This record gives sequence, C-alpha cells and structure tokens, in this order.
Amino acid sequence: MDNAQRAMLDLRAMDELASMDSPYHRLSPLSKFLMTVVYIFITASFHKYDLTGLLFMVIFPLIGYQFAFIPVGTCFSKLRNVIPLVAAVGLLNPFFDRAPLFRIGSVNVSGGVVSMITLMLKGVFCLMASFLLMATTQIDDLCRALRKIHCPKMITSLILLTFRYTSVLLDQVSEMTQAYSLRAPGQKGIHISAWGTFLGQLLLRTMDRAEDLYEAMMLRGFSGEFHYAAGRQSSRLSWLAALITCGAVITARYINIPAFITSLFF
Amino acid sequence: MLRFDNVTFSYPGSAPALEGVTFEVNDGEKVGLIGANGAGKSTLMKCVPGLLEASGTITVGGLAVNRENLAEVRRKVGYVLQDPDSQMFMPKVIDDMIFGPVNYGLSREEAEAGADRVLEDLGITRLRDRYNHRISGGEKRMAAIATVLAMGPDIMLMDEPSSSLDPRNRRALINTIKGLDRTMLIASHDLDMILDICSRVILLDGGKLIADGKAADILRDRELLEAHSLELPLSLSR
Repeated sequence: MDNAQRAMLDLRAMDELASMDSPYHRLSPLSKFLMTVVYIFITASFHKYDLTGLLFMVIFPLIGYQFAFIPVGTCFSKLRNVIPLVAAVGLLNPFFDRAPLFRIGSVNVSGGVVSMITLMLKGVFCLMASFLLMATTQIDDLCRALRKIHCPKMITSLILLTFRYTSVLLDQVSEMTQAYSLRAPGQKGIHISAWGTFLGQLLLRTMDRAEDLYEAMMLRGFSGEFHYAAGRQSSRLSWLAALITCGAVITARYINIPAFITSLFF
Repeated sequence: MLRFDNVTFSYPGSAPALEGVTFEVNDGEKVGLIGANGAGKSTLMKCVPGLLEASGTITVGGLAVNRENLAEVRRKVGYVLQDPDSQMFMPKVIDDMIFGPVNYGLSREEAEAGADRVLEDLGITRLRDRYNHRISGGEKRMAAIATVLAMGPDIMLMDEPSSSLDPRNRRALINTIKGLDRTMLIASHDLDMILDICSRVILLDGGKLIADGKAADILRDRELLEAHSLELPLSLSR
C-alpha cells in the first residue's frame, strides 16, 4: 500500500470516527467548535515560562477523548506526521534564551529550554483538541455550525470542497503512482524527470473529478447552505458542557491549579 | 415532457459537439441514447440540467432550461453520473440519499422516510447505514441510483449505468431500471441493455442525430450501426 492510499484510508477513518455515537459526539457541533476555539486560544496564551500551569491544560482533551470513546493513541497515530513538525517549533529557543531559570539538583535549566517545552506542549495540546473536534464532528456539521455564526458562505464552501478535494487528490495520486511504479520496476518514488508531467496530469485529472463532484452536489440542490447537516441539534446539555468547559479553561489560565494544589499540602 | 429543439453546443476551441439536435421524449418513455465515443451522448445529457449551456431550446415538463429556471429544472431531472464515486460524496449511503431532498426543503425526517422507501423498492435496505467506501462497485451503482430516486425526479438521465459491472450486478441493475416507472434517457454502449430496457433508440454521431426509432429496428440494422462505429448487440448477432 502506498502513502497516498494510506492517507486516503486515514481520511476515511476520520469520517467513520465522526459518525460514531458517544456523549461527546452528541454535543452540538457549534458548542464543540466554540469549546475547541476557546481551548486553543487560552492554551496559546500561556506565558512561555508557565510550564506547570500549561501542564494542567492536558486534562481537557483527555476528558474529551474519554467521553468520545476514542483512545488518545488514535490521535497520536493519525497525527504522527504532523506532531514532530509542531514539536519542532521551539527547537532553537535554548540557543537564544540561555539565562538560567531554575535548578534541578546541580543542573541549571535555562529559560530557553522551558519555553521550548512550553511551545511543544502548546502545539501538541492544540492538535489534540483539534483532532478531537474533527473526530467527533462531520465536516458538513462543522460547516453548518460555522454558517450559524455567520461565517461567509464562500469560506464554508471552500472548507467543504477542500476536504472533498483532498480525497479526490489522494485517490488520483494513488492511481497514478501505482500506474507509474508498474512501468518503472525497481524505482523508488517518481523520477525527477517525470515530476512535471506527473503533477500536470494530476492537476488536470483531479480538476475533472472535482468538477464532477461539484456538479453532483449542484444537481442535488447544493447552494452553499448545509441544511442536510442537521444531525446534531443544539441542546441545553451541549451549551452547559460548553459553558463549564470554557469556564474551567479560563480559570485554569488565571489560577495556576497545580501550584494551588501543591500549596494546600506544603 | 423532455424536448430538444435545434440544440447545438461547442466546447471552446473545438468543433461542435452537438449540432441541431431535435427530438422529444414522452412521459413514461425509456429512450436509449447510443453512439460511438465522442458522439455527443454525455454532452447532450449534461445540457438537460444546465451543466452545459447549449444554444437552441431544451424544455423539461414545459419549463425551458435557462438560468432562471435552473433550480426547478434540476428538481425535475435526476442525473445518474457515469462514475458513482463522483456521485456519492457523503460518508454514508443514507447521508447521500437525504442530501438532495433536504436541500430542496424537506425535513430530515421526511427525507429519511423517503429514502427508506426508495431503498426498500430497490431491495437495498442493507446499504442504508453502510459507508460509501466500504460497499462494492455494483452496490455503489445501485446506491447512486437510489440517491437520485430519493429526490423524486420526473425524468431520469443515466450515463453509462452498466459500465464496470459484473454480469450479475448488471442483470440486477437492468431489472431495477426496467421496474422504475419514470421517463428515462439512458446513454450507453451496452446495446444489449438498451435493447432490454428501452422501447426507443436515438443514434448520435459527430454531434448529429442520425436515427430515431424503435429500439428493435435500429439495433437490428447492422449496416446503420457499423456505419457509425457500432456493432449489433451480442444477443442479436448470434
């Protein structure tokens, strides 16, 4: 199985995860979207040295995964290619910020190391939260939620079509790669001399397929609105969950909960 | 019910793909559209729901196909695309089936009830909650027809419905189409299927209407078919 096929299966697996049933799946898409946005915003706003405060933020996605009946490992396995990139963001910090911040035994820990870890954790936590949203909400439901908060039709259509186009693109990449490898035995990947033609053909073929797909949607009355995506209605429970989560997330931002708990005992 | 009057269409920078095509399809009639590759069959089909803008006049149930009437025309016309993978874009079969009806104003419950009826009529209730990428090619083809039928169209257009189906699924599809009480225009190279389903056949070549008559007459005319790069249906050539 080539990489494109594997990626396509991953994409389809996301669809299957999103149509599962669990208490978290049953929350309305808009409340889940708002919870995720607030979580990401608050997590990103932690000070670069506030490592202990930030650590507490992992609780929220972990609880979410439990309510969604999705093992946390699924997130890390699906995002295996992205997580190293996100984690690498602060890699240069230890070189620029060398001032010692605290000591562990006889070892000085510099501000750069702490800010690097903080940045890495921020990235990973935000990915965990985004994945949780995508794994529990179908793309059409999400677009409908965005339309409800008056997100322009053009943007929601673009999100939807990009999602659909990705699967078309992967499908075509997989077919073309297989056709190529069958006539280029012993060759790893696609030879650089064929890249131009390959990409050109890929573009033309995916455009054709994407046009067919769009026509199929138009023929069945699609006009940029997501009436059909009314699977999960807003409920009081959804908004209560959103309110409690947002409140807890904001509280965790302003009160260093691990430090507070430690102060109760020492 | 479906009328083409002097319909002409050219793709940019190309010779006309359709030239002065005139014919009509009556209510309840099943008409086969045949012709070699590039004869203009798919182009003609795409003009009906306004996917391509042709000159001349096309009317659907008395309604001219133009920008103003497009939504109403598309409500009356169901188009089964050649590739079911392009037709089925939602995760599950049921999601795909309610997509059209809900877009046209039905509630989700009404749309699901309608979809269930169609699935039962076609005998594919088992596919209701299946994922589109987990069903076979034959099942996907039937599901694609179901998505169109769920919209309750007056007229159905089918582009190569039997392509890439195994004999058993092909037979099941033919029986299904024969059982549908709808006006139909079916474009296909599968002349045996056309002979089995359609009472009337229209032969296109080079974008022009060459022949229009009873299926049994046209599909038995070896000279006519061979002159336009076709062959007698297998069932008639033995």
